[in-house]
Amino acid sequence: MSDSASPPNKHDFKTPILQGLSAAWPICLGYIPIGLAFGVLAQKAGIHPIEIMLMSILVFAGSSQFIAVSMLSTGAGAVSIIITTFAVNLRHLLMSSSLAVFLGNTTRKKLSLFAYGVTDESFAVNHTRFSRNNWSLDRALVVNHTANIAWIVSSVIGGYSGQFIHEGAFGIDYALTAMFICLLIFQLKGRFYVITAVIAGVVAVILSLIIPGSSYIVLASIFAATTVLGIKKWLLR
Amino acid sequence: MAVTIIHQKVVWVILGMGLVTYVPRWFPLMLLSRRNLPQWLVEWLDLIPAAILSALLLPELVTKGMPRHMSLWQPELWVALPTFIFALKTKSLGGTVVIGMALFWLAQSII
Repeated sequence: MSDSASPPNKHDFKTPILQGLSAAWPICLGYIPIGLAFGVLAQKAGIHPIEIMLMSILVFAGSSQFIAVSMLSTGAGAVSIIITTFAVNLRHLLMSSSLAVFLGNTTRKKLSLFAYGVTDESFAVNHTRFSRNNWSLDRALVVNHTANIAWIVSSVIGGYSGQFIHEGAFGIDYALTAMFICLLIFQLKGRFYVITAVIAGVVAVILSLIIPGSSYIVLASIFAATTVLGIKKWLLR
Repeated sequence: MAVTIIHQKVVWVILGMGLVTYVPRWFPLMLLSRRNLPQWLVEWLDLIPAAILSALLLPELVTKGMPRHMSLWQPELWVALPTFIFALKTKSLGGTVVIGMALFWLAQSII
């Protein structure tokens, strides 16, 4: 990618912001329609825009927010909503573990701030760049918080006004899918990665058909990575 | 009708959701970032992104509905193929997003 070719330059503090922004814009593009849709849905479920804002700030995890709103509107209990949220967002445990490898030289404060912004999308964008050795925690923080702002603002706008963007306009609903396609290709750095992706994808499809909820993501990922690591160790013995 | 009061239950739900979402994001960073991890764990974690991205992506392309069922004749899947080739050839994230959106828009307007 041309926009990330230059290595970090410590003498220029504009660079982290600009590089962070240039990495973050595809995420923002994807978050806007989803945030708007979430706001609209939440408002229809009787949730006040201030509560929508509070949720987008404190939770910042799209799919679990959708699920929580639909559970609230059916009168589900607080504890069952919170347990469901925990289960849906447990996949971040794997993402943060995978990112931790790159984040040895930093303070706990900064790590705690970074943890807040770990989403499927920011994880994929930041991990790709960390693994190419041309990324820093500051740049990653810019990515996380730019995406965070896009999420909060679009969900609140959705909550106040209904949809501004006509549904399906410009194919914007496909933005995150297209982004994941490209980020997946960046991760296919050799045959073992390809095998991992194939196993994870196929197992995820099968599990998603037979078990309700989103636990298929974590289960398929752990299964694929463990299987391929096993194959690798066995082959290289 | 817009509800003008803040519900106490909703606030508690949000606080609880925030806590159980933050801890899994925070805990591994605190636990793993400042120590030397065994080689097998580093290799395992290195495979996780490819696994997660594929596990997130593929079900979106070939299934739909609640509960999910197979759906191979949907634009999500058929737009993914040229988008995949474009991404493979150009390695451009921004370009792939724009091309994917354009093709999906086109596919939806045809159907």
